[in-house]
Amino acid sequence: MTATSTHRRDSVALGAAVGLVAITFGVLASTAGLSLAKAMAMSLLVFTGASQFAAVGVISSGGSPVSAVAGALLLAARNSLYGMRLSERLARHGWKRIPGAHWVIDETTAMSVAQDDDVAATEAFWWTGAALFTFWNLGTAVGVLVGDAIGDPEIYGLDAAFPASFVALLGPHLSTAPGRVAGLIGASIAIVAVPFTPAGAPILLAALAIIPALLMPAAIETTDPAGSPAEGTA
Amino acid sequence: MSWTAILVLAAGAYGFKLAGVLVGTRIEHPLLRRSVSLIPPALFCALIVLQTFESDTDLVLDARAVGLLVALVASWRKVPFVGVIVLAMAATALARVIA
Repeated sequence: MTATSTHRRDSVALGAAVGLVAITFGVLASTAGLSLAKAMAMSLLVFTGASQFAAVGVISSGGSPVSAVAGALLLAARNSLYGMRLSERLARHGWKRIPGAHWVIDETTAMSVAQDDDVAATEAFWWTGAALFTFWNLGTAVGVLVGDAIGDPEIYGLDAAFPASFVALLGPHLSTAPGRVAGLIGASIAIVAVPFTPAGAPILLAALAIIPALLMPAAIETTDPAGSPAEGTA
Repeated sequence: MSWTAILVLAAGAYGFKLAGVLVGTRIEHPLLRRSVSLIPPALFCALIVLQTFESDTDLVLDARAVGLLVALVASWRKVPFVGVIVLAMAATALARVIA
């Protein structure tokens, strides 16, 4: 199996898993009183899962639309950071990066940056984006329309699909010392921040883990055009 | 949730994404470029632990932790991508049945 067919297959698989999660969103949106049109508008136009879940969660628990939107936007802010990471690859597509930006989310970034070369990375972004957009919207519709018949999605362990997919895509990042430092400290900051900050803030604070990671000596090696082999540990 | 709220959220979400994509190409300083390249490991590791241990604004240890453990082992044993997801889901579902 070639690298190309692997990342295409993985994109579709990730899309399918996320589509199942979207069914959960459809059910929750329906419970929160959103019509099919409104739930679909969320998935088509907002298209960033964590924000959508947060927004309908606030509405469900009786919160105001203002706090629902504010909380959801806090969660959406991280997509700016992903956009910066993907910008160079997307820039090659000229004007297509303007609509393409709509697909800049956790999953497309993870799948793209996990690839070895630029061609595969760019293709992985578009494939994952297309697969997720399709399945996310299909799943939302299914959740709103027939959600009650499915029962509690947690029974199927669906909530484990998202973290598991990111674990599977972490490998390349953890192969360098700065990557490991960024990951370890990012996870630690997020966990410590949970009880003290509103939803969405822990993930943004985790970005501060970049600072200690930059101090690692191997971080300098990655910019070396000669590509000297990285020493396992610094 | 009103149409106004949904459209404001949609515009804001797309605004964040597009801003990153447009600003990113202007980042040329090597230190900033290295910073940007370290965003994925920092945020993805944070996402993994948040999705596993966060419940509203509390930390909990439940069946999701079993799924994470299985995903880590499967990934370390070089199980293909789809297999990691399916095993983690199955382990979490099983842990819920037992619990």
